[in-house]
Formats: sequence, C-alpha cells, structure tokens
Amino acid sequence: MTVAVTMTVNGEERSGQCEGRTLLVSFLRETLRLTGTHVGCDTSQCGACVVHIDGESVKSCTVLALQAQGREVLTVEGLAGRGPLHPMQQAFHEHHGLQCGFCTPGMMMSALDLLKHDPDPSEGAIREHLEGNLCRCTGYHNIVKAIRAAAAKMAGS
Amino acid sequence: MYPFRYRRAAGVEDARRLFEDSEDGRYLAGGHTLLPAMKLRLSAPSDLIDIAGIAGLERIRTRDDAVVIGALARHNRVAQAGEVRGAIPALAELAGSIGDFQVRNRGTIGGSIANADPAADYPAALLALGATVRTDRRAIAADDFFTDLFETALDEGEIVTEVAFPRPRRAAYMKFPNPASRYAIVGVFVAQGMGGAEGVRVAVTGAGPAAFRVAEMEAALAGDFAPEAVAGIAIPEDDLASDLHATPDYRAHLVTVMAKRAVARALARDET
Repeated sequence: MTVAVTMTVNGEERSGQCEGRTLLVSFLRETLRLTGTHVGCDTSQCGACVVHIDGESVKSCTVLALQAQGREVLTVEGLAGRGPLHPMQQAFHEHHGLQCGFCTPGMMMSALDLLKHDPDPSEGAIREHLEGNLCRCTGYHNIVKAIRAAAAKMAGS
Repeated sequence: MYPFRYRRAAGVEDARRLFEDSEDGRYLAGGHTLLPAMKLRLSAPSDLIDIAGIAGLERIRTRDDAVVIGALARHNRVAQAGEVRGAIPALAELAGSIGDFQVRNRGTIGGSIANADPAADYPAALLALGATVRTDRRAIAADDFFTDLFETALDEGEIVTEVAFPRPRRAAYMKFPNPASRYAIVGVFVAQGMGGAEGVRVAVTGAGPAAFRVAEMEAALAGDFAPEAVAGIAIPEDDLASDLHATPDYRAHLVTVMAKRAVARALARDET
C-alpha cells in the first residue's frame, strides 16, 4: 500500500507515492531521481547519505520518507542549483578532497552543518565532527583542508 | 523492513489511541534504534506511531533544583542546552558523546531510555543522578525503571513524557566506547550531592544486561570522594556481558578504571 508524501526539496515542493517503510534516501534517489545522495552502509554509520532536514544534517538512510512530510530537505544537488559551484564544492575540487567521490556529498552536507555552529572550526573540531562520515580513499587529510578553505571563503563572502 | 502502517500522532492522547488501535504497534521518535532494528528484521511492528511531532515534549527547562528534559529532546539539544550545561555539565557531555553528530540530531532521550539498550549512555545518568521518569500515567524512579535487557518498567503503550534530573554538586561520566559503534563497552557515571543532599551514586552501563549501581563504590566515595577510594574495588564478573568486543573479566576491570576516571573528572571540574 502506498501513500502520498510531499516535502520541499532544494526549494521546490515535491510529491510522490511511497510505502510506510520507504526510506528518505530511497525516495530521493528512486522517486525524485536525485542520485547525488548516496547509500553506503545503510546502517547509519558511513554518512554517504547525509542530507539536511529543516537545516539539520541527518542520515537519510535512517529516516522514513514519511517522517520528512512537510519538511525542508536539502540535498547536495541543492548547493549550487544551476549556478556556479558552492564554495564547499569548489574547495573540495581545489584541495583534492575526494578520490572516488562516493563519500563526498555526505562529507559536504555534514561539513556545512558544522559551519553553521562553528564558522571557523579548528582541524580538531572538523575531524571530530566528521566522526559519522567515512572515507575509504583519501584518508581525510584533504577533506579537512577543503573544509578549512571553504570556511574561510564562506566567512569572507 | 517488513511493511507496516505509518501513523502520525497529534498528541499524547492521540498516540495512545493509535496504539490501542494497532495489533502490534511501536512508538517512533527519532527512530535511530528502532529503524535499524527493523531493517535487520529483529523488530516487525504492525504499526509505527510517529510521536516526534507532539508539541511541547521536546522542551528543556529548570524546575526547582532539577533539570527537566522532555522525552523528545534530541541528543544534540541536550548537549547544547544552557540549562543542562549550566546545571549538569556531565549530562550535556554524555549526550554529546552519543553516536555521531547526525545520530544526535535525530535520537531522543525518551526513545533511548524506553528502548533500554544495555550499552546506551543515558541509563547510567538516570541511575546515578536519581532521575525520575514521567510518563503519560505516572512517575517512575530511575532505580525501578531499567529492569533487564531491553526491558523497562513501562507498561504496554505507556509513553515517556519527560525525565527530571536532580542537580548534583559534582558529577562526571566516562566511557570506554566501541570504536565502531561508539556504544559504551563500559560507561560509568558518578554523581555526588543531588538536590543538596549528601551521598554518592555510581551507575554502570554497557557491562551487564541493564544499567546497575555499585553500592560498594558509593559507600567508599561517600567516605572519601577520590579516585583512590574506588581503585581497589572490583565488581563481580558473574552477570556481566560477554561478546566479541569484551569478556566479562575485561568489562569488570573497565568498570573500576572508568569509575576512577569519572571521579577524577568530577573533581577536576571543581577547579575550572
């Protein structure tokens, strides 16, 4: 049995049918075809699926689509829209903050939530904040560098 | 996950009605334990009753000499709330050590204690601070709340509405987390002087089927609140958990080590 669900995704109202058990990440990827949000572990550990709900970063593999009913969801696709890259994306690009890119959308969405609470985070604060985001290629060094650079850029803009 | 019916509750009364109307319903708050359990098909409720939208149950406030935390308060809120950080910094630190940042944006205190995972952090705080759990029908002392592995004193359909924590003179929580899950292999919460009364309470999570207090450590610390007072106290390993992460004797050893560290941390806070 499916039911209707409506939410604002990247500023646009989006509706679709889902089951009670449909995960938010499945709804985003399979129904709305927003495949920038990834499914890594499906056990709320790896952070590849991080999106924002009402401005807070969450793991969308552990949220039901129906729990996002009426809420504002921001995915990685919403960062730049059709415009130039968001400063966070640009910084990951410039500092080689990715290799395979699988963890990258979650890393950026998670980092953006950190900058809301701490606009100028130390390296330690960034590493601690990324506890729930796993990268298997770059070893975090350039990810941390990219986030530091994005923070400086965003503070200046 | 097996299919289920999703229902949204408008209020506590409504939630109870939906529960009674379901064959095998479960309440859903943050869903960060329940949904993973359902994915593993360890849990297969007929209905999920979403209580996360019930207004007012997320509030945190100070009442008399206690901090009262609404059941729907998320871990990050508890970690950041001025009311908690000011009165019981150890509790704010504990909340900030649960899972990771995204998990703390979803998980709730009411959900955590109602689920009563043996390795959850909050049970140690409730027991050590002598908290009171308020539900839609009564008040339950923390000492009576956690009864066994994933078992609590809650009746069928009963809803936790808030938890009141008496303010201690000093307190600290130290845990030895599993490096992958961040659940406590052993966590010890030590608190002294709740509600102006003297006395010390020591509670352990992660080590046994449910959180428990250690009377011998409490008596020793009441006489001399110093890490050395508990250094020689070993708890029996008979009822402690054994799994791939730790053996019972290792857990027993960790209880003493974490208790010492918690006392030292509580004392160190005096100086700051």
